[in-house]
Amino acid sequence: MSRHTRIAITLATLALCLGAMPAQAALKVLATTPDWAALVTELAGDKVNVYTATSAFQDVHRVDAKPSLVARARTADLVVATGADLEIGWMPVLLQDSGNTRIQPGSPGYFEAAPLVHLLEVPSAVDRSMGDIHPLGNPHVTLDPRNIAVIAKALTARLVILDSANAAFYTARGEEFQKRWQQATAQWEAKAAPLKGVGVVVIHRDQVYLCNWLGLKEIAAIEPKPGVPPSAGYLSELVTKLAATPPKMILRNAYNDPKAADWLSQRVHAPVVLLPYSVGGTPEAKDLFGLFDDTINRLLADAK
Amino acid sequence: MAKLTPVAGVFVVVCMLWPHAGQAAPDEVATLRAEIEALKADYNARVQSLEARIRRLESGAASAQTTQPGTAPGTAAAGEAAVVAGQSAAATPPPAFPQPASTAAPARSSSATAFNPAISVILTGNYASLSQDPATYRVAGFIPPPQGEGPGERGFNLDESELTVSSNVDPYFFANLTAAIQGDNTIDIEEAYFKTLALNNGFTIKAGRFFSGTGYLNEVHSHNWDFVDQPLAYQVFFGGQLTQDGVQIRWLAPTDYFIELGAEAGSGRSFPGTQRNSNSLGSDALFAHLGGDVGDSTSWRVGGSWLDTHAMDRTYADVDQFGAPVTNAFTGTSRTWIVDGTLKWAPHGDPTHHQLKLQGEYLRRTEDGQLAFDVTGQNLAGAYSTAQSGWYVQGVYEFVQRWRMGLRYDSMHPGTPGIGLVNSGVLPQTDFLSLLPATPERTSVMVDWSLSEFSRLRAQYAWDQARAHERDEQFLLQYIFAIGAHGAHKF
Repeated sequence: MSRHTRIAITLATLALCLGAMPAQAALKVLATTPDWAALVTELAGDKVNVYTATSAFQDVHRVDAKPSLVARARTADLVVATGADLEIGWMPVLLQDSGNTRIQPGSPGYFEAAPLVHLLEVPSAVDRSMGDIHPLGNPHVTLDPRNIAVIAKALTARLVILDSANAAFYTARGEEFQKRWQQATAQWEAKAAPLKGVGVVVIHRDQVYLCNWLGLKEIAAIEPKPGVPPSAGYLSELVTKLAATPPKMILRNAYNDPKAADWLSQRVHAPVVLLPYSVGGTPEAKDLFGLFDDTINRLLADAK
Repeated sequence: MAKLTPVAGVFVVVCMLWPHAGQAAPDEVATLRAEIEALKADYNARVQSLEARIRRLESGAASAQTTQPGTAPGTAAAGEAAVVAGQSAAATPPPAFPQPASTAAPARSSSATAFNPAISVILTGNYASLSQDPATYRVAGFIPPPQGEGPGERGFNLDESELTVSSNVDPYFFANLTAAIQGDNTIDIEEAYFKTLALNNGFTIKAGRFFSGTGYLNEVHSHNWDFVDQPLAYQVFFGGQLTQDGVQIRWLAPTDYFIELGAEAGSGRSFPGTQRNSNSLGSDALFAHLGGDVGDSTSWRVGGSWLDTHAMDRTYADVDQFGAPVTNAFTGTSRTWIVDGTLKWAPHGDPTHHQLKLQGEYLRRTEDGQLAFDVTGQNLAGAYSTAQSGWYVQGVYEFVQRWRMGLRYDSMHPGTPGIGLVNSGVLPQTDFLSLLPATPERTSVMVDWSLSEFSRLRAQYAWDQARAHERDEQFLLQYIFAIGAHGAHKF
């Protein structure tokens, strides 16, 4: 029986350690992307402690359920995720292994952004032969500031529920953010007016919301199907196709491999515009405001 | 349909009241009529409000918040707070928290299918060209496991077809079934367990049949292995993978570093234990994992595990000094220590184009008890005591998108077993051919090509010196195809 006693002692020790853990004051937030981390920071300031699971240089589809992320899920009071299956390859592992009921789907501590906004490109039928397709619609919702406004409002409401002691703070800060965001959005829209109707080529279809917002015309995607890298044959076909409707520029995100975009750029004589895509993707995109400022500045620089 | 409900309601009420109404005084009839009218009005009001709600939802639940710019965030918050307050009083684990429905959500054809579990199927197969007859495969110096040793059959082979069905059971449990349909038309239940969802404070309990949490590779399903086969140490010490029929408890520390402790209690049926016809526990395991990141690009995990299990008449086929087949049996305790380490590197942590994965494990097993020689004939028994070990290291590198190459080295150390029958001079050591001193080792190289996350083709070449004398050169081609639900993978 001695080994059972040993197991019992181990468990008892664990339970004691647990009891000795001090309660954390600041709300612990695990954000799946730097954009959600930036949004939480805008809305909650120093009332929260935010950890970002990924950086602007990572493809959020392809992330490992690293031990460090499981550890952060364990202590999180709130998970802010994109949803719409963007994080499906790793989030379920974090949630299941966390031993943390606060962040399980259906709990107030689990927040998904994409279901709050109108999703574009919802396929009427799905099949894996169509590539890495998202049955719920295109999940790359951040690059339309109108979406951010909607998501921010719901996130403020969630913060109020989770940390009611600071409800007034979150409400006031949320209203103040909405005001600044509305003004900024109006300025961006005015500034970006010349971009309307400009033809662009994208790599992955993750600029859809940006194009939709600014009226950029997406002529083609370098990926023949979502998540499928282009073959040489497909690229040469693309060159022929683009000869008829030459794009003004080719959009590349900070995390994309530059090769295919650069190759195409030389053939179709359109510049590659490097966009931050996420907060931190370029030095200028320090926060959400910087992300949109920089995105529009970079687009305008090459659209002229 | 909705409009019929009040009518039906009134009809039911009237039917129920009818016999009494017939005998009732006129003023009672009037009262009833008034009540029915009130009921009708009430139902109409409810139906109208429901219809209005449906119209609102249809006109864009997703954009509901955008279309009400006047709504202060505080108002929305109060609404949500009320919902949560009402629910949190009801049960300890918070029940479904309403996530605003998306207009984008595909319409369900029927509510009967809405709760179907996630189903995935993985098909694997290979072609093997082996320079030695696989029927003679033995890792020299070790008691062979009942299965799971060697590279399999020559030629084309259908490997296991793995069917996984999983779903949340209710707010408290998750359940998973993984059945492997083997190429020889038998079905193995690889895993069939439930897991808790509602325990807090980092605790998770899993019970049923599951791959033990000992070691690193033990929990990894075969379609996620980086080589066609398991390291020799896993083949020899666990017969491939250690399965527990029992209970596992894990605890995750509330720290920024990943610190996980686990304990298992199981039947011990799985090799190196055996079925024992006993009420007591057959196998106990303890394990601890520690992990973290170094910068943006590197993450790591190390672990230590201990397994204590018991064998009773664990028979194995051997050959005596005259070359005649005999059946021997071990009875006693079997303890295994494992130390494992894994490191992954990818530029900025993005494995799309390049990733390096290094891993290594050291396993050491001690067995103490009785070894019986030729149980169906002479049936001689004596003491038996061994300390045997084995290790492997491997590296896999994605050198260009979709292409990976890997190198693995296995080394086994059977040591010199203490066999009572040999030490006392009853039998010569050559009567235990499997346990003669040897130094098995193997070197494997592989290249694989994954057109997508769901398909993989692999070529592997191995110089296998597991046998005492001959070298087996193994060339394997393998396919792995996954269909169905998108599974999430552990580190």
